[in-house]
Amino acid sequence: MFTVGLMHFLILSAALFAIGLFGVITQRNVIKVIMCLEIMLNAVNIALIAFSQAVAPTSLTGQVFAIFVMVVAAAEVAVGIAIVFSIYRNRESVDMENFNILKW
Amino acid sequence: MPTQVPWLIFLLPFISFLLCGLVLRPFLPKFPKLAGYVTIAAVGISCALSFWVLGAVIAAPNHMLMVDDITWAVVGDLEMHVGVLVDALTAVMVVVVTCISLVVQIYSQGYMEGDTGYTRYYAFMSLFTACMLGLVLANNILFMFVFWEGVGLGSYLLIGFWFHKPSAADAAKKAFIVTRFGDLGFLAAILILFANTGTFDTEALYKLVATGALAGSTLTWVAIGIFAGACGKSAQFPLHVWLPDAMEGPTPVSALIHAATMVAAGVFLVARFYPIFSHSPEALLVVAVIGAFTAIFAASIGLVMNDIKRVLAYSTISQLGYMMLGLGVGGVAIGIFHLSTHAFFKALLFLGAGSVNHSTGTFDMRLMGGLRKAMPWTYITFVIGALSLAGIWPLAGFWSKDEILIAAFANNQALFTLAIITVFMTAFYMFRAVFMTFHGEYRGGAPSEHGGHDEHSHGLHESPAVMVVPLVILALGAIGGGWVNVTGFFGSLFGHGEAVAREISLVEGFFGPLTHPLPLISLLVALAGIFLAYAMYIKKWVSAERITQSVKPIHTLLYRKYFMDEFYEGFIVKTLLYNWLFKLFAMFDDSVVDGTVNGTAAGAAGAGSALRKLQNGQTQLYAFTIAIGVVAIAVVVLLFS
Repeated sequence: MFTVGLMHFLILSAALFAIGLFGVITQRNVIKVIMCLEIMLNAVNIALIAFSQAVAPTSLTGQVFAIFVMVVAAAEVAVGIAIVFSIYRNRESVDMENFNILKW
Repeated sequence: MPTQVPWLIFLLPFISFLLCGLVLRPFLPKFPKLAGYVTIAAVGISCALSFWVLGAVIAAPNHMLMVDDITWAVVGDLEMHVGVLVDALTAVMVVVVTCISLVVQIYSQGYMEGDTGYTRYYAFMSLFTACMLGLVLANNILFMFVFWEGVGLGSYLLIGFWFHKPSAADAAKKAFIVTRFGDLGFLAAILILFANTGTFDTEALYKLVATGALAGSTLTWVAIGIFAGACGKSAQFPLHVWLPDAMEGPTPVSALIHAATMVAAGVFLVARFYPIFSHSPEALLVVAVIGAFTAIFAASIGLVMNDIKRVLAYSTISQLGYMMLGLGVGGVAIGIFHLSTHAFFKALLFLGAGSVNHSTGTFDMRLMGGLRKAMPWTYITFVIGALSLAGIWPLAGFWSKDEILIAAFANNQALFTLAIITVFMTAFYMFRAVFMTFHGEYRGGAPSEHGGHDEHSHGLHESPAVMVVPLVILALGAIGGGWVNVTGFFGSLFGHGEAVAREISLVEGFFGPLTHPLPLISLLVALAGIFLAYAMYIKKWVSAERITQSVKPIHTLLYRKYFMDEFYEGFIVKTLLYNWLFKLFAMFDDSVVDGTVNGTAAGAAGAGSALRKLQNGQTQLYAFTIAIGVVAIAVVVLLFS
């Protein structure tokens, strides 16, 4: 019988995190970058819940934390999309390479 | 005797200083006289207590009373104490200081009357006296140094009392800075002592020296350092240049400085640490040689000065040289004995000069003359002071100078020769001053803006009683001050010189010196000096002008004080300090200090302009850098922990 243990969850979480990070770094489209960010957040959520289950099954700390992350992520997406809209109206572009005015 | 008594001797003048400075001056400016009364009361009580202490010390076994110690501050292992040490030296010094100070304070009431700084004057005088008493009473070298500098501060404030005169302000600075060169040596000596022994306590140091724990070259260097400090304060060659300029202060201040407080501090310091000196023959020789040289050096300058206060100033330097010589060849008793008698007649002479100035408005003896008729009291007391200073039997100066000459003769014939020549010079310049000031015809006094000389000569008057009475009191001291050692009592008090009082009667001791050759010789030499002055300035058998002309170069050399001031000003200050040392400091400041500061700033700016290129606004590059950094940290943590 094949059991799914902590290690499997963590490997999944790490893989998702790496995929998300790769997307954040490489993608040009800012919408895609935000989507990849969401993948990274969810990878973390998986890790949190897996640890919560494995380390302290009776307490719900990890789960509560994950829910918080979701709430914050929802808010962040809302704000993020709004910023993207704003930039798009100014620059007629969603390409990250054009968003470089915050420099010396 | 209660242990509070020595504390009070110091604290009363100090309280008077606080009272005058913090209460009377700001809140009661309408009653300036009050400050004088407060100060006189404080110093008067101190004086009475001093005599009590002296009596107790004489009665005490070993003439040593007590060391009252209070822990003042503890820093790590370093414990600092305040305390008083009362032995014969302290007792004699407090009596001398408070007596002279008291007389000077009384006299100042007349001299300083109507001065706008009257209250300030008395505040500073109290501080000056308090610091000197603190120095004398302190039982450890650290507190001695504190009060030592306090005395320096007091002299600075008082010499520069009329600070609106640039010459007074300059003289004050000069006194402060020149003595500071000596203080450097004193401070070095304190540090060497502490590094080697770990204690500041005077008595502990005595013990260490007596047991030989402190010896050799360390001891000699400590002694030389202490003597350097004493040289500065006591105006010994080559640090004597400040004292003649210190005349810029009010005359009573000069009297105090020259007699009891400032210059006595140096002699006292050497006497206080005499056990250190006595274990180092080299240091004692240095003290004796510098003393003898200063004595003759300053006396020779005194021969030609025309300002009566400058004559007295060089005479003080010369007499301080005698005291140092006395300490160097004789011992504590001999040096301090001369200090005590000198305090009386030198204070007397200065107050007399002040009284003359009060009447004529000048210190230039060429403008005086014939004052003996107008100012009989001043004249008589001044002559007594001059006779005493010249060392005429049986006045005070004779006894103390005689002791020094005998000790010098027994120890070092060369120094004795210098000393006996100085006796001649001393007698000559003192009576030159007396004859120029009080004899002959009046030569007009200070050039006055309104009216001719006649009006002024009518203005000649004896000083008020408040000034004359102190003169008379001091004259009594100048006559009888030396008699305490007629039977060797003073010497036995210090436990040096004679171990016990000589078993001779008062009469025998009194006339004894006249039967011995050495005192007779010094007496004859002094009389010869007086006679020469008489011949030159009264009878004019020998024209002073012609002598001056015939030895013009020597006269100029003396009149310009051996060009010491020019040498210091031109060579040491301008060349050595300004052109060399200070230039060097300026270069160090410009290159090293400024270079460090500017270099740091330039480095930061350069690093910033290089690093800002990295901030290119590409958010994804930042994210990538962060990810690489996190991975790198993780790898390091995993591999190395």
